[in-house]
Amino acid sequence: MADLVAVLATTHHPFYYRTSQLPPDQAPPFAAEWISKIATYRETLTRARPDVLVMVGSDHFHQLWLDNMPQFLVGKAPMYDANWENEVREFGMPKLLLRGDEELSAYMLRQGLDKGFDLAFSNELRIDHSITCPILTVRPDADLPIVPIYTNIFAPPLPQPERFVQLGRTIREIIESWPSHLRVAVIGSGHLSLELGGPRQFGPTGPDPEFDARAVEWISNGDIDGVLGNVTLDSLHAPGNATHGFMDFMLMMGVAGYQKADHADSLSLFHTMEAYFTWYPNPHLIDAPSSLTTPGGRA
Amino acid sequence: MSKYLVNKFLYTIDRDHDLTERYRDDPAGTVTWWEQEMAGRILNCITAETTTWLSFTDDERTALATHDHVALFELGAHPFLALTLWIAMFERDFTEPLGMQLDYAEKLAHVRMPYPDIST
Repeated sequence: MADLVAVLATTHHPFYYRTSQLPPDQAPPFAAEWISKIATYRETLTRARPDVLVMVGSDHFHQLWLDNMPQFLVGKAPMYDANWENEVREFGMPKLLLRGDEELSAYMLRQGLDKGFDLAFSNELRIDHSITCPILTVRPDADLPIVPIYTNIFAPPLPQPERFVQLGRTIREIIESWPSHLRVAVIGSGHLSLELGGPRQFGPTGPDPEFDARAVEWISNGDIDGVLGNVTLDSLHAPGNATHGFMDFMLMMGVAGYQKADHADSLSLFHTMEAYFTWYPNPHLIDAPSSLTTPGGRA
Repeated sequence: MSKYLVNKFLYTIDRDHDLTERYRDDPAGTVTWWEQEMAGRILNCITAETTTWLSFTDDERTALATHDHVALFELGAHPFLALTLWIAMFERDFTEPLGMQLDYAEKLAHVRMPYPDIST
């Protein structure tokens, strides 16, 4: 069977790529620390030596639209073009072309349908920054095949938070039952508290630092019961009007299970708190840390 | 209410460079043209399959025709769609980094929780 070698849950900040490309004398004061934390985080994936990446994200009204909106969708294609014109325009993100793993996509769809998730699928999917941001931070060579999985955290009515956790658990079961010799990592991106298009947007911190601190505790401790006991579709409006993206973190907690993160790190920036988590479900399969891994996280 | 159609306007204008510029320069004219010619277009269908019943309310039409993002917020337009299009149209008019986004937020400072429902 395939080996699940790493589970990564990360915020996706579309300004990171452009910030990381600036010459030091033009970069903002927070850039050096941010880039350093990302380098440490990248190493947590590198150590797992994955062959294929299952990428969990959420389309931001790019290809998925209100006339035909899936709740959960799996890409099944040999290739994926990536990033959209308004992401190039607004964030300076590059267009990418990623390979797909159609065999794992097909297995994910068949097994997911048989395990109670009526997954939508797409054979021609241009993916957006919810998936390309983590590619650019933790696998910038973009050299591994992917299976993209999109969730709807954006266009109500949304699935309940419990459903995201359940889907995460199911994704793990499917990967661990996949008849393959490959090493699989699951990488999901979402948000902590976030406001977009409202009065609290683009403040000096995320809109609700208290929520962010609790969220980091839930995630880093693998406290699935704690998060499910405190987070509802209604409650997620309070920390910021785009905070339903936190449910992608809850999905990743479902993948990771009741397990403390092997790496947990965060960085308070303007607009959001960035947060980076890695779990190793099978620690014996992981390489020793290289000299790049610094005491920034709990690796 | 036709929040769906307001969102469709924001979505289709944002994803087309020429339409973004046209809406920046001539909001009222663009809204009139779009409602007459484009509102019923199902996005992956030929024109023969045009939807026959979609139209803006007067409040929605006025908000769009006057670039009134505060009114759009209060009407329940999707905040991400409005913000993204406003950045495309107006960020260039501000010199400070995030100046446009902060001005956009300041104009909404009177809004209290719960925010208007954005369900469609």
